[in-house]
Amino acid sequence: MSKIIVMTSGKGGVGKTTSSAAFATGLALRGFKTVVIDFDVGLRNLDLVMGCERRVVFDFINVINGEAKLNQALIKDKRIENLYILPTSQTRDKDALTREGVEKVLNELSKEFDYILCDSPAGIERGALMSLYFADHAIIVTNPEVSSVRDSDRILGVLNSRSRRAEQGLEPVTQQLLLTRYDPERVEKGEMLKVDDVLEILAIPLLGVIPESQAVLRASNVGMPVILDEASNAGLAYSDAVGRFLGEDIDHRFVTPQKKGLFSRLLRRSA
Amino acid sequence: MSSASQVAERDVPFQLRGNSFTMMVLKVFAPASPDFFTLLNVKVRQAPNFFRNAPVVLDFDDLPESVVFDLGAFVAQVRAQHLLPVGFQGGPQSVREAAMAVGLTPMPSGRAARLEEVVKAPDPRAGEQPGSGAASGGAAVAAPQVLIEVVHRPAVMVTEPVRSGMRVYAEKTDLIVASSVSPGAELLADGNIHVYGALRGRALAGFSGDPNARIFCHSLEAELLSVAGNYRVSEDIGSDFHKKAVQIFLREGVLSMELLKGV
Repeated sequence: MSKIIVMTSGKGGVGKTTSSAAFATGLALRGFKTVVIDFDVGLRNLDLVMGCERRVVFDFINVINGEAKLNQALIKDKRIENLYILPTSQTRDKDALTREGVEKVLNELSKEFDYILCDSPAGIERGALMSLYFADHAIIVTNPEVSSVRDSDRILGVLNSRSRRAEQGLEPVTQQLLLTRYDPERVEKGEMLKVDDVLEILAIPLLGVIPESQAVLRASNVGMPVILDEASNAGLAYSDAVGRFLGEDIDHRFVTPQKKGLFSRLLRRSA
Repeated sequence: MSSASQVAERDVPFQLRGNSFTMMVLKVFAPASPDFFTLLNVKVRQAPNFFRNAPVVLDFDDLPESVVFDLGAFVAQVRAQHLLPVGFQGGPQSVREAAMAVGLTPMPSGRAARLEEVVKAPDPRAGEQPGSGAASGGAAVAAPQVLIEVVHRPAVMVTEPVRSGMRVYAEKTDLIVASSVSPGAELLADGNIHVYGALRGRALAGFSGDPNARIFCHSLEAELLSVAGNYRVSEDIGSDFHKKAVQIFLREGVLSMELLKGV
């Protein structure tokens, strides 16, 4: 029986798609058969971040509408064994997502995959609701600033009231926080919220802190999940987060500013 | 734990709950008057949709001891006006017996607001009140013709964080939040509000106008506080109380704040 994860945030631009790509890749690297689904109908991006945009023929919506078979729409990653991408449609909108259609596709995928990762669009409307409705686990992507925290709080409320598990009175959706774009130096200057400030408001377990990093932009521009960049702090932080998700006990890194000597200041390599 | 109890709840074929209903009271002064139903008909015609099949309670409180009339026929004529008599209150013994005989429910006599209601589970504490109907709990509920006045209306209890965008209303009772309330969340209660985590959202106590309602919180960081419509926004709350344990109440009509001592 596969596990369904939703990567969600409420707010846009906080790193859901980057995190979905990294996380799905991380799970596949550890040997789990994983598919990542783009729920952002009309604003298709996941395929770019995953570097498979030139191989999209059919998409999620085609499968929902019965215009294509699931196997025709699934794209197998060229780098990682066990990793598949289900891209979405750029020409349709969120109304194309029906609960029955999404359920049918998820049921079919769950026969084959260990993990199904749903990359949620921003907002709390249909696209976001459909992406979280069937979830077993939710990863809440939040930036260390007040508006992002408030929107995350809102989406946690939605998970607690409008997910399938909530509606059917089942065991609640587990919720973990992924704090992205964290800049310890700016936190120290008081320009960003501290990890503890965010945790105090959201009151959910911390899955990981991803440091602000040039590597993220670089990776998405070349269509490579940043977790594959093992020289970057962001990549390592994602790798740690995947480990924690799977139950490993890993200390949090990159939450305090690194002490820099003159040498490293001169040779400052982007993190 | 909560899910376990939900599962258990779904296994039983029913659920008993307290609820309250607003009903009209038809105060009967002269049931034998020849004009009674003509005048009632005039009244009903003024708002036929409002009155159609509306449940009514017949109030016999003002009838003289010596009154003699055919209650069965009277009820039938009330029904003919498309009003549905469901209960009665007051009246001489003979009328009460006749009303019971035609299947009307005796309602506790009193103000309209007290016409309610049966509380769901027998609260153990209710037993402390001697002779109270609710003390016998399930047994009283089993006798359908006896409706019991509310002895104890349990507070609404929230143990999970109240998230941004959520709204919790404790109707006609108190609200207890044993967790934090996020910015953008809203608490409403006709009674008092207690928050044992941080209160960062809005809290409106005495929502239906009770000036004696209070708000108690463990760490005051609220966006808005209100008691019976007297409100303050966070700008006006003052830094002396920020993140402190505070009670908020009306003192001579003015919203006042006081640190909770010994916290």
